[in-house]
Amino acid sequence: MSNPLHPTNPAPTLATATSASDANLIEASKSFAFTTRLESIIAWGRKNSMWPMPYGTACCGIELMSVMGPKYDLARFGAEVVRFSPRQADMLVVAGTITEKMAPVLVHIYEQMLEPKYVISMGACASSGGFYRAYHVLQGIDKVVPVDVFVPGCPPTPEAVLDGVMTLQRMIATNTPRPWAENWVRPSWLKPVDQLVVK
Amino acid sequence: MSNTLESLRSDLSQSPVSRERFANYKFYSTAVRDDVIEVPKDDIVAVLRFFKETGRFDILMDLCGAHYPERPKPFEVVYHLFSTRTFQRLRLKVQLSEGEAVDTATSVWRSANWFEREAWDMFGIKFAGHPNLIRLLTHHEFQGHPLRKDYDADRQQHCSSALPLHFDPSYSHLLPDAKGHNLVPLNIGPSHPSTHGTLRVMAELDGETIARANVELGFLHRCFEKMAETHPYNQVIPYTDRLNYCSAPMNNVGYCKTVERLLGVEIPQKAQAMRIILAELSRIIDHFVCIGANCVDLGALTAFFQLFTYREQVYNLFEKLCGARLTVSLTRIGGMAQDAPPGWFDDVLETCKRIRQGIDDVEGLITNNKIWIQRTQNVGAISAEDAIQWGYTGPLLRATGVGLDLRKAQPYYMYDQLDFDVPVGSTGDCYDRYLVRVAEMRQSLKIVEQVCKNVPEGDFTIRDKGIVLPEKKDVYGNIEGLMNHFMLVIKGLRPPVGDIYDATEAANGELGFYLVSDGSGRPHRLRVRPPCFAIYQSFPEQITGGLLSDVISILGSMNLIAGELDR
Repeated sequence: MSNPLHPTNPAPTLATATSASDANLIEASKSFAFTTRLESIIAWGRKNSMWPMPYGTACCGIELMSVMGPKYDLARFGAEVVRFSPRQADMLVVAGTITEKMAPVLVHIYEQMLEPKYVISMGACASSGGFYRAYHVLQGIDKVVPVDVFVPGCPPTPEAVLDGVMTLQRMIATNTPRPWAENWVRPSWLKPVDQLVVK
Repeated sequence: MSNTLESLRSDLSQSPVSRERFANYKFYSTAVRDDVIEVPKDDIVAVLRFFKETGRFDILMDLCGAHYPERPKPFEVVYHLFSTRTFQRLRLKVQLSEGEAVDTATSVWRSANWFEREAWDMFGIKFAGHPNLIRLLTHHEFQGHPLRKDYDADRQQHCSSALPLHFDPSYSHLLPDAKGHNLVPLNIGPSHPSTHGTLRVMAELDGETIARANVELGFLHRCFEKMAETHPYNQVIPYTDRLNYCSAPMNNVGYCKTVERLLGVEIPQKAQAMRIILAELSRIIDHFVCIGANCVDLGALTAFFQLFTYREQVYNLFEKLCGARLTVSLTRIGGMAQDAPPGWFDDVLETCKRIRQGIDDVEGLITNNKIWIQRTQNVGAISAEDAIQWGYTGPLLRATGVGLDLRKAQPYYMYDQLDFDVPVGSTGDCYDRYLVRVAEMRQSLKIVEQVCKNVPEGDFTIRDKGIVLPEKKDVYGNIEGLMNHFMLVIKGLRPPVGDIYDATEAANGELGFYLVSDGSGRPHRLRVRPPCFAIYQSFPEQITGGLLSDVISILGSMNLIAGELDR
């Protein structure tokens, strides 16, 4: 395995350290360096610097404000830089009921986010429509966007939301496969985005 | 017939309107003493105009439809009028057959505009002469009218796209002569930090000035009214929590009070005291969110964090009481779900002290803050006459100088025995709205402290077997309790046949419920009159001609809660 930071220089590893000086070098480097895999260190960076895009539409949005607020403080998990521009965010937190009217907007927002992007569905309504089995409510946002973590509750307590964020962090850290996101296709009933452009 | 109705009748008979058809008018008072006049459809606008011009009623509080499939004329348009002078209410009804149109009331009250659009959207009732009769809450591709009884509650219809920018011709008189200008179209929301996730503002800009504007709503239309029709009375309570979710307990109180009045029951003193405490604490935390969010939108993050610290302390009180933080669903028809735990009232008193300190701190941060004053003073000012014309209630109406507060005007529970003031502003601008809210929070604290220091003894609920579920120990312990529980769950509580409109003073203004009972275990129709619906209607007019940056101030000061706006 080559050293990714210095591709021309093979990384000294215990297996290739044949001479005594190499062994000394490795021993000495332990005081200032460590070895890891590239994807691990990227995942470590990613999971600790998620920029949330709060898609708060209803009651859950108020609890999301509490999560961001002083007592629960999402900043402790490296996710306090709230961005309302989807292009600057990588964690879409859908907090609240998504209606049929809102669904095209939500998909539009999701598509504008850059990879890698993650979706947390906060609360019963976003996850399944909740107790609104009703004519104008989308029965779960997983019908239109791929969801990584569902947080139950109506609304979930801030602790539950923090647990959801930590679950997502674990998924990122372990590079959990996300077939739902990789195989996602835009729902067939939605018009293409270029038809939404204001004339 | 009540005295009020008698005098209205004699007034109407003097009026020049349609004397020959006057014999067809029906005047009656319902069992719960609501005054009703049934008017032929051709006369309704003339009657409304007469009442408005003679000053008998100055606010069109609500306008809604109703559907009675078994009647020969299955549709009904219900108008609720209110007088800010005498605090009298009147209900007017017009019956219509399928496809029949009634004249629009927009020529009398501009606020009828959205109410009529909603009635068209939900019931397909046509309003002849309406300037812009298009769907309001459901999406533009929706087929059918969902609140009709033949529309299934769970029949969803997908929406394929968002609407492009569009404008409402009813505001076209505001449009300046745009020839020679290059207007820039601008879309704000629904996913925008200042629109709180669900409001969409569309504007055309001439430089920084808004040349014309429109709003689209319905992005959070969760079908509350249809859900209420498909659930037993007590199961509607959790849905009411999610109307104005910033102050959920107040909606519980408003709904339960309506049903209780229709049932004709008086709840015990202790339940009244607990409801007042819950409602006033909710008013405080609702104003916290409003002021905090308004500050964040204008760039002042500190006040938000400060206010949320204290909001959390009120959440702690709710959690102690019932386990839930935000949506507590703690009232039941007939009283409260459970008693307060020992020492809870002392905790409330302790928290009140801290909140009072917190309000002082936040006031120190923003009340004299130069930037805050510049962004809010003389922004969004509205006169008392205009506010009444639009149907403003609550803090926004009081900011214009009208001291209307239902807790004083039509005292319910123990409010008439409590010592508190109704703060009013003078100019109705965003700064006055802020000041009124701050002053109201202090008054609410005063109310809570008075009630907590003097909690009445007694039960927390009535014990009527036809209304309230028995205690669990009786359900498990004896056959009567078990049977009682079984019958109430299977049959549900059944209010007498009739309709009722009842209102409470919620954090945003008058929260009204119009309930129609057909004697079954579920409401036949439950209409909510949300306070911010009427307020938001004036928004396009308020921002037109102003600066784009003022849109954010005004939007924040209106405290638009999508849950009750779109229902």
